[in-house]
Amino acid sequence: MSLNRPFTRAQRATIVNGMLAFVLMLVVLQLWLLTATMNAFLGGDQSVIWPAAAASLVCFLLNAGLLRYLYYIERTRQ
Amino acid sequence: MADLGREPLDVRIDSPGREGLTGTTPANMYRPLEDAEQVTIAPDWRPMEEQPTWRTDFPIDWPQDHYVERRDFMKFMVLTSLAFAAGQFWIAMQNWWRRRSGSGTVRLASVNDVPVGATHTFTYPTEHDPCILVRLDQGTFLAYSQKCTHLSCAVVPRVEEGVIRCPCHEGFFDLASGRPIAGPPRRPLSIVRLDIRGDEIFASGIENRTV
Repeated sequence: MSLNRPFTRAQRATIVNGMLAFVLMLVVLQLWLLTATMNAFLGGDQSVIWPAAAASLVCFLLNAGLLRYLYYIERTRQ
Repeated sequence: MADLGREPLDVRIDSPGREGLTGTTPANMYRPLEDAEQVTIAPDWRPMEEQPTWRTDFPIDWPQDHYVERRDFMKFMVLTSLAFAAGQFWIAMQNWWRRRSGSGTVRLASVNDVPVGATHTFTYPTEHDPCILVRLDQGTFLAYSQKCTHLSCAVVPRVEEGVIRCPCHEGFFDLASGRPIAGPPRRPLSIVRLDIRGDEIFASGIENRTV
């Protein structure tokens, strides 16, 4: 049994605001990772480069998942 | 019970026409509600009948407008996130390339070519990496990358003052250690490792530092 009721416009606006807050936090984290990694790379410190790249990739995948959910609720609206 | 000519009710909750209802009444018993998403809402939230003529001629649905701009902003932020992740992997590739290319040993000069207090410029490890060699006293040679760690301007040694100066933004480094002492640079100059064999000076490696 499934009750696939589409979200109303007000609900979708609330959802997209919440998702935007998460995305912004993750993007700020990625910006910090990039600047810290660049500083370490220019200083010859290689130990943080791959862990930071993995963390940044995880942040992007989380963001992409949220965007996919946004497309999903857009699709169920129609 | 009298037959009213209706189709018998399908009691399953997900039967056609009853989606979303919790009771037993078919959804088509009621007049369909006006679709809230089709209602144009002005920025002051008053009905369109009370709006000026120009706004009824060019109606903008403000809640929908806000939703669309946040949605598009989120898409742009996810694109930015992809760019940051790509930047991380670009750094990793640059690091791999730097390790792969190595530095090697290169002859710089003869000891007698550099008098005490004098400087000598060279490139190491590639021709695009300018460096400076300084002779502090009879037996002390120092070599640094000539690229300022702020914005890569060429730094100039001032041996008599014991500093290396960057003329672009007035950055100063300690001549003896290469560490920043004034101005915008935060990282020390890269050290070129020297190998003195007899009267010959060789560069044998480069050491980048964060502090």
